[in-house]
Amino acid sequence: MAALPADCAVSLALVIHLPATRPSRLAEVLGARCALPVREIEDKEPVVPGVVFVAPPGYHALVERGRTFALSMDDLVHFSRPAIDVLFESAAEAYGDRLGGVILSGANADGARGLAAIARGGGVCVVQAADTALARDMPQAAIAATPGARVLSVEDMATWLGAVARDRGRVPT
Amino acid sequence: MTAPAATDDELGTFLETVFRTYHYDFRRYAAASLKRRLAVALTQFGEPSLPALAARVEHDGAAFTRLLRFLTVQVSDLFRDPSYFRAIRETVVPYLGTYPSLKVWVAGCATGEEAYSLAILLAEEGLLDRTLIYATDIHPESLRTAAEGIYDASRFARFSANYMAAGGKGSLSDYYMAHYSSALFDRRLRKAILFSDHSLATDSAFAEVQLVSCRNVLIYFDRPLQDRAVGVLRDALCHRGFLGLGNKESLRLTAHAAEFRELVSEERIYQRL
Repeated sequence: MAALPADCAVSLALVIHLPATRPSRLAEVLGARCALPVREIEDKEPVVPGVVFVAPPGYHALVERGRTFALSMDDLVHFSRPAIDVLFESAAEAYGDRLGGVILSGANADGARGLAAIARGGGVCVVQAADTALARDMPQAAIAATPGARVLSVEDMATWLGAVARDRGRVPT
Repeated sequence: MTAPAATDDELGTFLETVFRTYHYDFRRYAAASLKRRLAVALTQFGEPSLPALAARVEHDGAAFTRLLRFLTVQVSDLFRDPSYFRAIRETVVPYLGTYPSLKVWVAGCATGEEAYSLAILLAEEGLLDRTLIYATDIHPESLRTAAEGIYDASRFARFSANYMAAGGKGSLSDYYMAHYSSALFDRRLRKAILFSDHSLATDSAFAEVQLVSCRNVLIYFDRPLQDRAVGVLRDALCHRGFLGLGNKESLRLTAHAAEFRELVSEERIYQRL
């Protein structure tokens, strides 16, 4: 995330599995290392570039067709709320091929269905190389569901993401 | 796990059928999460598509009652988000104490946990004897559960932790009787709460109240319906009355932002101007 330029031309939203029992300091922690403002998603706010939106603990974050965020307290998905699948599947419907999905280290299969939905919609899919991940289940499940996804180390992913962000979302080859 | 995603047209037609047949209006619910819940419902009902589900519930009231559980989200806890209740206690209660009699409205009360939380809080502040709490929802099963005031005893460890974190002045066990695996809230609390059917999508304000608590209800509505709902809540509030929302909800993006001031902004507690 430190590789994202301050004049980032793409919209960014992030899900991390965290317990909902206490307020999250995630936005603060990430914000300290990022040139872009980082904040928790509020219900119905428009998806805009230049901000890193973080799903608040205890809520699923979704994107509506009108490209605004929506929150819900629907059932846990993969024992988690927020869940990556929920964000990705809704975003795939809203953005189609104007969307990229990235799956990082994680301890369950959340995100695999969502990434497959992004791939079906023509979006770009990137998965962290499982042998560089702290927990391999999530990247492995994502690759199994989307075999065409690009596999990158975290360092290469940062370079790649920085290039996408600078180039108005055009995906470098 | 879930059926293929419905198209927007299918969703619209389905919600029209539900409205026409049962007068439950979900047409202006936030679409993305509603679609997800309906996908789960399709699996549970063993129906291949929304048109098929519509055909089934149209002539089967019992099936519709089952479906209602999927259309709405009914999750709650006692003293959920303890800091909210602490702020109500510290910042709103001093104002409430100045009224000779009080009315409070919990809009979208689900199975009643929030209404009981406020009843306990008001009891501890010496206000419950002159308070009537209206607690409303569109879900008849939830309202029945809420009015009974009986909850699974296994939930009370968390309830009790929340109660303490919310600034509870005694012990939560002062307010219920445990019996085997369930716990029944005190009669004193139950008789202060009137549970009834009310829809923020189709009904209007029904009383003048000093405090409205409507948390994590507006997130399921689209923007125009949020405006309507907040308008209803505003109409119910007395001059300088208080409105509490969920901690990721805000009036900022609604048509009514200028009619309120932020009283405790981090807890989303507003005061009507």
